[in-house]
Amino acid sequence: MAVEGNSIDALSQFELGTVGGAIGASVGFTQSNLHMLIAGALIVAMMVLGMRPRAIVPGRFQSLAESAYGFIDDMVVAQVGPEGRRFFPFVFTLFMFILFGNMLGLFPYAFTYTSHISMTFTLAAIVFVLITVVAIVLHGTHFFGYFFPQGAPLWLAPIIIPVEIVSYISRPISLSIRLFANMVAGHVMLKVFATFVVMLAGLGAVGPFLSIMPLTINVVLVGFEVLVAFLQAYVFAILTCIYLHDAVHLH
Amino acid sequence: MVDERKTFETRLRAARDRQGLDKSEAPKGALPSTWGFGLRAGVEVVSALIVGVGLGLMLDRWLGTWPWLFLLMFCLGAAAGVMNVYRLFTPRSGARKD
Repeated sequence: MAVEGNSIDALSQFELGTVGGAIGASVGFTQSNLHMLIAGALIVAMMVLGMRPRAIVPGRFQSLAESAYGFIDDMVVAQVGPEGRRFFPFVFTLFMFILFGNMLGLFPYAFTYTSHISMTFTLAAIVFVLITVVAIVLHGTHFFGYFFPQGAPLWLAPIIIPVEIVSYISRPISLSIRLFANMVAGHVMLKVFATFVVMLAGLGAVGPFLSIMPLTINVVLVGFEVLVAFLQAYVFAILTCIYLHDAVHLH
Repeated sequence: MVDERKTFETRLRAARDRQGLDKSEAPKGALPSTWGFGLRAGVEVVSALIVGVGLGLMLDRWLGTWPWLFLLMFCLGAAAGVMNVYRLFTPRSGARKD
């Protein structure tokens, strides 16, 4: 599948197909949706099972759940401030969903739903709508003062305001492109080097020895991808917190 | 109960201090790698340009002024991209008073 003739086919791994037989095909249930459901079920299972013992000295599962909770709680409080606690459920859900999506995609035969721009842009659009609504609800028409910093000379307004508006609208774009591009690039690299392994192995007597090199690279890449999977979920969550800070405080 | 836990925390902290465990206070909120910073800067510029060019093209199609609004919005997008990067490198003043 990876090697068709002598060409490298690195992008077919992102193609959507329906799963679940005739029923799945008729409602358009893709493997992307399936993996979202799996991720959701895993997150719920982790939190429910982890919180069940309620021990003072936590076991493995409980300390996993507690450290996930504490990590996001620290992030929200540090970035938004103590009054930002009410956004904790939102940020936590977002972070866990992206993290599990990225991590699940690293398993063989799995699909990475965060590698589709439609998916990441939907998440970023939710964040964008939320920060705008929060800012308008909390500050009313003062929100529009956000686009013109106080103390700037008035004659600069025709330049500053459009630039600020474009900068504000570019937030969801940069959020979604960052996550999507990182996941796609990582998976394409993995696939390309995996194809090299197969191609070099067919090169006669020296082939199997040469193919050790791309295999080594792939082992390193998988480790790197685990880092990227976590880092991108972290970046998405912390930028959401920073935008929420701006929405709550309006500098 | 709460007091008990609090005294435990202080004793734990004292013990950790004695052993010299908590010495590296990593700067919070800083991204772990310079690579991450570089990639973020690139994405910020590109996304601001996308927004500028997209808005310009849409307004041009609507008002029939090709290519003037496109050119204008391209420049605005570039300026917004530079501003995004500038914001990225200026330390945010944490919880500023309103």
